[in-house]
Amino acid sequence: MADKKIMVSVRNLKKSFGKLEVIKDLSVDIEEGEVVVLLGPSGSGKSTFLRCLNQLETVTDGTIEIDGVCVTDKHVDINKVRENIGMVFQHFNLFKNKNVLQNITLAPVELKIMSKTDALAKAEELLARVGLSDKADAYPAQLSGGQKQRVAIARALAMNPDIMLFDEPTSALDPEMVGEVLTVMKELAADGMTMVVVTHEIGFAREVADRILFMDGGYLVEEGTPDEILNHPKEARTIDFLNKVL
Amino acid sequence: MLSILKSYGIMLILAMGKTIELCLLSLVFAMVIGLIFALCNVARKRTLNVIGTVYVDAVRGVPLIVLAYFIYFGVPAGVQAAGFMNFRLSALQAGVIALSMNCGAYMAEIIRAGIESVDRGQMEAARSLGMTYGMGMRHIVLPQALKTMIPSIINQFIITLKDTSILSIIGFPELTNVGKTIMGNTFKSLETWAIVGVMYLIVIVSLSKASKRIERRLNVGR
Repeated sequence: MADKKIMVSVRNLKKSFGKLEVIKDLSVDIEEGEVVVLLGPSGSGKSTFLRCLNQLETVTDGTIEIDGVCVTDKHVDINKVRENIGMVFQHFNLFKNKNVLQNITLAPVELKIMSKTDALAKAEELLARVGLSDKADAYPAQLSGGQKQRVAIARALAMNPDIMLFDEPTSALDPEMVGEVLTVMKELAADGMTMVVVTHEIGFAREVADRILFMDGGYLVEEGTPDEILNHPKEARTIDFLNKVL
Repeated sequence: MLSILKSYGIMLILAMGKTIELCLLSLVFAMVIGLIFALCNVARKRTLNVIGTVYVDAVRGVPLIVLAYFIYFGVPAGVQAAGFMNFRLSALQAGVIALSMNCGAYMAEIIRAGIESVDRGQMEAARSLGMTYGMGMRHIVLPQALKTMIPSIINQFIITLKDTSILSIIGFPELTNVGKTIMGNTFKSLETWAIVGVMYLIVIVSLSKASKRIERRLNVGR
């Protein structure tokens, strides 16, 4: 296969909160259309890494390029870059004062990316795609966790992003609702979306990931295909972690 | 009692009107002042935080009566000394400025607490979609903060309404000041102050009843 376009390029990323060094030295490239799953014990810096990608956290050192734009450069208009990076949060973060349709259409309309009519049409289409057409007028408080997370995915997709970031999207869900969210994510991966996913769902990683990054203590310890990482891990820390979760 | 009501009833009602006028004007400005300094206080800019803190501390640290004297007598004296001999402040202007500044400081704290009560994830979600900080505040955070702030804001309204009485000392013809005049004319202090007290009471109790109803209606939508 010909060289694919590099969507995310991280070089020597370091991130500290005060004296606490969360990411110590991390470099990685992610290609267009690739599904990358980040595994690792809690506190290993996975979520922080994800939040650095769209600059919800400012980096302490190092550079991050998204689609050729250096987002760690202070002169870059980060709002413009974020329009192309969808993010799905562990606790959904749906806008509580807006109904489902308003949640999805607010950003595209407010940022003048779509007319109100186009945004509504797009929202209806996305809701159909995540199986929630009947919830268009509901408020977040009236939805189950799984429904909230599917709306959150639709909201992110409404901006037509090139990359989707998932920060433990199923960790706050009741077990019976995990499946419905993972199904939507699998469809998205099958459509060729570039995805970076922090999750504890080993099954999802095995089935959907093109590559798994195993992080521990702020370092990228090991990376490879799901088969390499899950079935033939080389590093002691990876083996130790997998023994605990599998 | 009846004779006072007969001769001074209209005057008392007009004075109540003045009291409410002063209170409402001050509240409008106080909301604006409060919002500006609350936004300073929650901003991630050190200089803005300092501006917000200094304002709130300074105004809360001075009694309203001193603030009123300062603005009504002190400021015009200073401006005139600087060469603008025609500068005057009416009792209403000075009263509104003093009350707005005072109420604005408390309002800033109420609004700050309201903003901080909104989950940080709400702003993060807005920013992650490419919306600016201002858009996130306007569309997401402030509307949610307002709901939790309503009881405290109405409480502050009531305090401000009562504080208007302090401005009788700069000669503004609000209810308490008119009460003083009537007492001077009739020497019936018991009756006069009982009537004035009951007038405040009626307005304030109806205000808090109305606020309870608003609160209940807002909670239905949750």
